[in-house]
Amino acid sequence: MGSLELRAVSKNWGGAAAVDDVTFSVTEGNLVALLGPSGCGKSTTLRLIAGLEQCSSGAIAIGGQDVTNAPPSGRGIAMVFQNYALFPHLSVAENIAFGLKVRKVPRAERDDRLARAAEILGLGALMDRKPSQLSGGQQQRVALGRAIVAQAPVCLMDEPLSNLDAQLRVEMRREIRELQQRLGITMVYVTHDQVEAMTMADQVVLMRNGRIEQDAPPDRLYEVPATIFAARFVGTPPMNVVPLATLATRSNGDVLVAPRGLDPAAVAVGVRPERTVIGERGIAADVVAVEYLGADTLIETRIDSHRFIVRRPGKIRATPGERVHIELSHTDLHWFDLGSERRLTV
Amino acid sequence: MTHRATATIHGWLLLLPAMACLAVFTHWPAVASFIDSFYSTPRARRPARFVGLDNYQQMIADPIFWKAMSNNLWFALGTIPTSIALALLMAVWVNDKIVGRTWVRMAYFTPTILPMIAVANIWLFFFTPQYGLLEQIVGFFGGRSTNWLGSQDTALYAVTIVAIWKEAGFFMIFYLAALQAIPPSLGEAAAIEGASRWTYFRRIQFPLLMPTTLFVLINSVINAFRMVDHIFVMTRGGPDNATTLLLFYIYQVGFSFWDTSYAAALTCILLALLAIVAFVQYGWLERRTHYR
Ligand SMILES: Nc1ncnc2c1ncn2[C@@H]1O[C@H](COP(=O)(O)OP(=O)(O)O)[C@@H](O)[C@H]1O
Ligand SMILES: [Mg+2]
Repeated sequence: MGSLELRAVSKNWGGAAAVDDVTFSVTEGNLVALLGPSGCGKSTTLRLIAGLEQCSSGAIAIGGQDVTNAPPSGRGIAMVFQNYALFPHLSVAENIAFGLKVRKVPRAERDDRLARAAEILGLGALMDRKPSQLSGGQQQRVALGRAIVAQAPVCLMDEPLSNLDAQLRVEMRREIRELQQRLGITMVYVTHDQVEAMTMADQVVLMRNGRIEQDAPPDRLYEVPATIFAARFVGTPPMNVVPLATLATRSNGDVLVAPRGLDPAAVAVGVRPERTVIGERGIAADVVAVEYLGADTLIETRIDSHRFIVRRPGKIRATPGERVHIELSHTDLHWFDLGSERRLTV
Repeated sequence: MTHRATATIHGWLLLLPAMACLAVFTHWPAVASFIDSFYSTPRARRPARFVGLDNYQQMIADPIFWKAMSNNLWFALGTIPTSIALALLMAVWVNDKIVGRTWVRMAYFTPTILPMIAVANIWLFFFTPQYGLLEQIVGFFGGRSTNWLGSQDTALYAVTIVAIWKEAGFFMIFYLAALQAIPPSLGEAAAIEGASRWTYFRRIQFPLLMPTTLFVLINSVINAFRMVDHIFVMTRGGPDNATTLLLFYIYQVGFSFWDTSYAAALTCILLALLAIVAFVQYGWLERRTHYR
């Protein structure tokens, strides 16, 4: 009932494609995060699903029904806007019940659903306030209330937490996820923050320049990135990706060799900063900076001109300018084709 | 301390020229008119003397004053709601269809930047008997020839229409500016909730435009009693006072008949009328208006 499917959806703004041949599907009751850098087409994709923009080509189905040409109100969706889009002259209660009134839901049921939404979101004491009398977090809750009171099977959110401070963001993140799971809502959640996507989502759709880079669960996205872009976008600090040729010339121990069948000159090696060890043997690197974070230490080095970050638990002594050796384990390496930037299966 | 005192003195000094102008050319004439209205008009051999409420009693007995008053009320009733409704309609339409197209805004705004005298001359041509534009159109459809400005039945309508045409474009600019300040996401949120265009207008746009409506309403009331330029050009109050408005009558009494005291009394009534209207509007509407 609340499943969602996009088939080869594209959107052009007078020539330039903002969304280009996007295909993915979401199982009912799942939270999918649309992740990607600013301008990659996340909002446009969301607005296409909402029906606020028309697809240039492709098809969208919600709950098995084709809604490509349906109006926004006929798609069974609710939406939380980045700026909340609360009606400034209406009280919290009127804002939340606006859609119910428009859809002529009977008075008794309306009051019932309003009361339940207020209770779920802890808005009881604020029902008569105007949006301008609320804090950012409270406004966010009202926007959420308006979305859940509609009881739409699919809920769309466009960077809902970007206007909140860091502390509140962490709280709301948890709250939204809990709410989504409790009510069994299918949710499409747009964010440029990979931490948000990784912590909240059942499925992450990573986008770049209007195309899907990778569509996978968070753990898989982290462990088996499909491209160099995906590898470097997810995780802080990002994955180290260095051409094999560079590493080979700098090793004082066992020389890294490309897996059988690969051209050593055309591959890059990726390794997560936490999967590296500083030791006696390995790849020679020059320390550029050391950052002590308490639980671990980040050591930023250069291997020729390539940045390479080592992350080790606890406190590590190193001074900028010092030469260290980085040991890599073969099982922790990711292999990418330098030309296509795609992952190579070994 | 002295620094603050100096700053205060500087402040007042800066205000002084404007204050002086306002006092000499606005406040004092108003007060002087009020005082004059209790005296007789000075003649060559008879200086002004105190006559109490004589001028006001004369007014009550003056049929032309009552005619001007009723004309003006009909004129106000004809121009205010229609011009505001038209302005709102055009603004919403322009805002929906052609966001940010400056030339459309310019086109609507043109009547406002034209001097009323020029506007009146243009419309004079429309209304001219026999070869005027309106006559030609009516004639084309086989209608009866009418002397729009020359007939007691139609003259007031004719000058009312000119005023509406002039005002609607002006008010539209205010509405358009206010509409563009409403975030588009409100409309999108309403659309997702299933609100029709009309519901969105009635429940969201119109209430959010209330401050503008209040402003426009007060301006239109004031204009309805202030706009007389086109009367001079088009009808000169005729035929038989059918288009005499209050301010035009004051001008006639003061500068054609040279009865300055009676004109002063009429002026006081006009000012009192406008003051009452403004107070009522602010008192009543202010409370029902949402300011962001
Ligand atoms: N209404 C529009 N008209 C023209 N171009 C647009 C419009 N909306 C978005 N774009 C373009 O489409 C691309 C994707 O935008 P968007 O979906 O908002 O990105 P994101 O939400 O990922 O930051 C951008 O290059 C943007 O400039
Ligand atoms: Mg966006």
